[in-house]
Amino acid sequence: MELFGITPSVLLASLMVAAVPILLAAIGELVVEKAGVLNLGVEGMMIMGAISGFITAVHTGSPALGFLGGALGAMALSLVFALLTQVFLANQVATGLALTLFGLGLSSLMGQGYNGIKPPRTPDLPFGPLEQIPFFGRVLFSHDWVVYASVAIVAAVWAVLKYSRAGLILRAVGESHDAAHALGYKVVRIRVLAILFGAAMAGMGGAYISLVRVPQWTDGITAGAGWIALAIVVFASWKPWRVLIGAWLFGGITVLQLNLQAAGSRIPVEYLSMSPYLVTILVLVIMSSGRGRASLNAPASLGQNFHASR
Amino acid sequence: MLRLEKRPTPSRAWAWGTPFLAVLLTMIAGGALFAALGKDPVAVVRTIFWDPLFGEFAFYLRGQLLVKAGPLTLIAVGLALGFRAGIWNIGAEGQYIIGAIVGASVGLAVYPTESRLVFPLMILAGGFGGWLWAMIPAILKTRFNTNEILVSLMLVYVAETILSKAATGFLRNPEGAGFPGSRNFSSYPAARNPELIAGTGMHWGVVAAFVVVIAAYVLLQRHLLGFQIRLAGQAPRAARFAGVSPNRLVIFCLGASGALAGFAGLFEVTGPAGQISIDFNSGYGFTAIIVAFLGRLNPVGILLAALLMALTYVGGEMAATNLGLPSAAIRVFQGMLLFFLLAVDLLSNYRVRLAGFGREAR
Amino acid sequence: MKRRTLLATAAMGLIALSGTAEAQMGKVKACFVYVGPIGDGGWTFQHHEGLKQVEAEFGDKVETAYQESVPEGADAERVLTQMALSGCNIIFTTSFGYMDATNAVAAKFPDVKFEHATGFKRDHPNVSTYNARFYEGRAVQGTIAGRMTKSNKIGYIASFPIPEVIMGINSYYIHAKKVNPNVELSVVWAYTWFDPAKEADAAKALIDQGVDVIASHTDSTAVLAEAAKTGGKVIGFGQASDMAEYKPSPRVSSIIDNWGPYYIKRVGALLDGSYQQADAWEGIAGGEVLIGEITDAVPAEVKAEAEALRDAIAAGTYHPFTGPLKKQDGSDWLAEGQTAPDGDLLGMNFFVEGITGEIPK
Repeated sequence: MELFGITPSVLLASLMVAAVPILLAAIGELVVEKAGVLNLGVEGMMIMGAISGFITAVHTGSPALGFLGGALGAMALSLVFALLTQVFLANQVATGLALTLFGLGLSSLMGQGYNGIKPPRTPDLPFGPLEQIPFFGRVLFSHDWVVYASVAIVAAVWAVLKYSRAGLILRAVGESHDAAHALGYKVVRIRVLAILFGAAMAGMGGAYISLVRVPQWTDGITAGAGWIALAIVVFASWKPWRVLIGAWLFGGITVLQLNLQAAGSRIPVEYLSMSPYLVTILVLVIMSSGRGRASLNAPASLGQNFHASR
Repeated sequence: MLRLEKRPTPSRAWAWGTPFLAVLLTMIAGGALFAALGKDPVAVVRTIFWDPLFGEFAFYLRGQLLVKAGPLTLIAVGLALGFRAGIWNIGAEGQYIIGAIVGASVGLAVYPTESRLVFPLMILAGGFGGWLWAMIPAILKTRFNTNEILVSLMLVYVAETILSKAATGFLRNPEGAGFPGSRNFSSYPAARNPELIAGTGMHWGVVAAFVVVIAAYVLLQRHLLGFQIRLAGQAPRAARFAGVSPNRLVIFCLGASGALAGFAGLFEVTGPAGQISIDFNSGYGFTAIIVAFLGRLNPVGILLAALLMALTYVGGEMAATNLGLPSAAIRVFQGMLLFFLLAVDLLSNYRVRLAGFGREAR
Repeated sequence: MKRRTLLATAAMGLIALSGTAEAQMGKVKACFVYVGPIGDGGWTFQHHEGLKQVEAEFGDKVETAYQESVPEGADAERVLTQMALSGCNIIFTTSFGYMDATNAVAAKFPDVKFEHATGFKRDHPNVSTYNARFYEGRAVQGTIAGRMTKSNKIGYIASFPIPEVIMGINSYYIHAKKVNPNVELSVVWAYTWFDPAKEADAAKALIDQGVDVIASHTDSTAVLAEAAKTGGKVIGFGQASDMAEYKPSPRVSSIIDNWGPYYIKRVGALLDGSYQQADAWEGIAGGEVLIGEITDAVPAEVKAEAEALRDAIAAGTYHPFTGPLKKQDGSDWLAEGQTAPDGDLLGMNFFVEGITGEIPK
């Protein structure tokens, strides 16, 4: 089956891979924002994850350890953000942007000497006969473990936020930190944990770029993926499954427009090139129109600092 | 145990003192970084903070601080209006690009007409372009409740695509042998944004930045609209009861910040940059967000913050060329400066008390 | 080796000489302005390799300085001014976008030499321009692509629709077509010079469309990494740097930007007083464009054919744009035996006949 010279199964398989970095970073940021913290430093954490993961994988020879290293590297960076915003009560927007600047610089310093090295390969998981199923074999059973892990993490975040006590507390902290504090919850501690989780996810997303998507290290390798992840969280109205939809939509249009070009489509290239951004806006307009402000779903304390004044 | 106690009003002494404390801390931490990279820390810190102001080439670099701070101030003041009202325009970079394109298009359309009207018309067109680009998120927000953070950010990428189309297509210099890039405004006197006093870096964009700082200060302090903006940001519900129309504020704040970013783009393309090129934008729109917050969303503070940022850029470049420092180290250093500035801000809003001792001692 | 390269450069290079010779200098400070970080592994990395070669060649007689990641426009002008003020004798500006800034600053510092890469403006006697004939390398790649493709679909990942890029696409296609009349070319415009993830996606899109040989005009190794995932079915080429880590396949050959010989020549000329304004556009012959080793993944006869083409271009007996050639719309461009004048190439804004895609307008 082909549409405009493009095979849907191939396209679906590609977009699932293409969306992994922004999906991971976005689901992490979703948890951070649910706790009422706006961390605009996703790009900085992603690139720290990309270089830490790369260095770890190259030295240990293990891609799995690389992902762990990426998560840890980004978490270390995010501690600066946590310290500044949660202890020093600094403005979150500015601190997040500064974190991106700092992360881009630091990753470049760390990465000197790692250009032109190939990291160990992350293989596709073997599914045996399942891979041979027409259409679904290609779409569902032809990926590496991170692709499946990223979807599993989305499901886990959804379940934890919706059904668990921990999720309830997290949301309470994000909706009204004063009330949560009055109820005896440690607002700052919970937020720091959320920030660390967000960083771990962003770091893994960055590591996916340097270890699987591109496999190499070059300065600025994340090339703005963190910003897209931030936009996806807003797009998703802070709902985990919508993050998945948003990431796949964005990744899908990106892959589709390149495929259309490769297939010799007559649509002017500039329009194709803008299409991921325009379609994202368009879909959000359709989804958000005609409803009340409450349906926007943003955590009420988002971006506000908390200070227990007894 | 240290404890924080909120001050009833921010301390004026600390408000002025903290930036100096932050710079001092950055010098120490940055010095350690440079020493670790095998450079003389004193020389680097002097090159960044002292030389652009008082060094051998200060006669030239002082002016460059204005060139760099001008667009940052213009954009950041506009953004601060919105940020104060809780309206998040993250896409100033896009508005800056479109302002430059629309303004340049007007100038290039009438090339080579020599008339006193050309430049003023271009300025208007530049502001209009930025305003128009900001109206997209504004109208989507007021009509369809669409989040302006996402729309304005996504439109940056769309603007970048339009920019490369302009540079390689509709604005390309017909005498440029097919190379990308528009005509250079430096050779079109009627449309040029010249250096007003040679060697000072002062151009119309810098003048505009000063004017806008004063205007915004007056607006926020003395005008009803300014009061409404502040109220909407601090107490949205109270603002609604007081009859402030949220939609009107959205349109005004996004429109104003868009237009100011558009002006900044126009002044840049006709002056320091000289032409529309594929990589015309260099991140002013994003840096301005930091500048707005460093300036505590206060117009005068923004001007000072923009000058400080400009100093680290200009001084950082000096350190990179003269001392062989990687440009990444400069970015790390800038990040540190921002961290310290943000951290010590605590002191102006809170008192640090040695708490607990009293009780335990008893 | 170096001597030979230098001699060859002098003999073969297209150098328009003008201006007057200068006095000898005891020591030269050579400065470089880069558009990206040195760690980009491609364009800027190669210019920095050139800087290192200059240092190795002249030792104490040369002092170097550089600045990475300089945005075009106002920032470039400031960096150039500041370099000129701080005593640089010769400044290499290594990106097209620095053209106007270079000329503007050169006007203010008549005693400092400016060398602008890939531009054409020499408004002042102290401004020279230099470029490399990358399209010569594309001819070699096209030959390999035409011979090696099994699906008869070859691909090209392009950055921006500018003459430099269009020249490369045409050369690649012409030579693929010459050895394989059934070949079809797919062009993907990435609208970026450097975005590894996007480059990987573009490569994947081409592979999904059945393309099995990919050339690219973007700077990272992402394209080769993507090709490597197909396990040998898809091949590609190193771009800007050798990208030897992907040998022997998918990287079967490469175009290496080799700026060192030119930098050494110009700095040397300044030292010995023979420096003159120049418009240099050298290629394989001058050593500025190196064809990286053609690996064993390519059959011996194809390798021999590609190498013969390379040598013919180097010897000046063959020009990659030789008529009869028509433009995409069917109108005549070059008559039988006619070779393309440099002016046509530098302003090239059309595809040759046979390419199906369109150049974004």
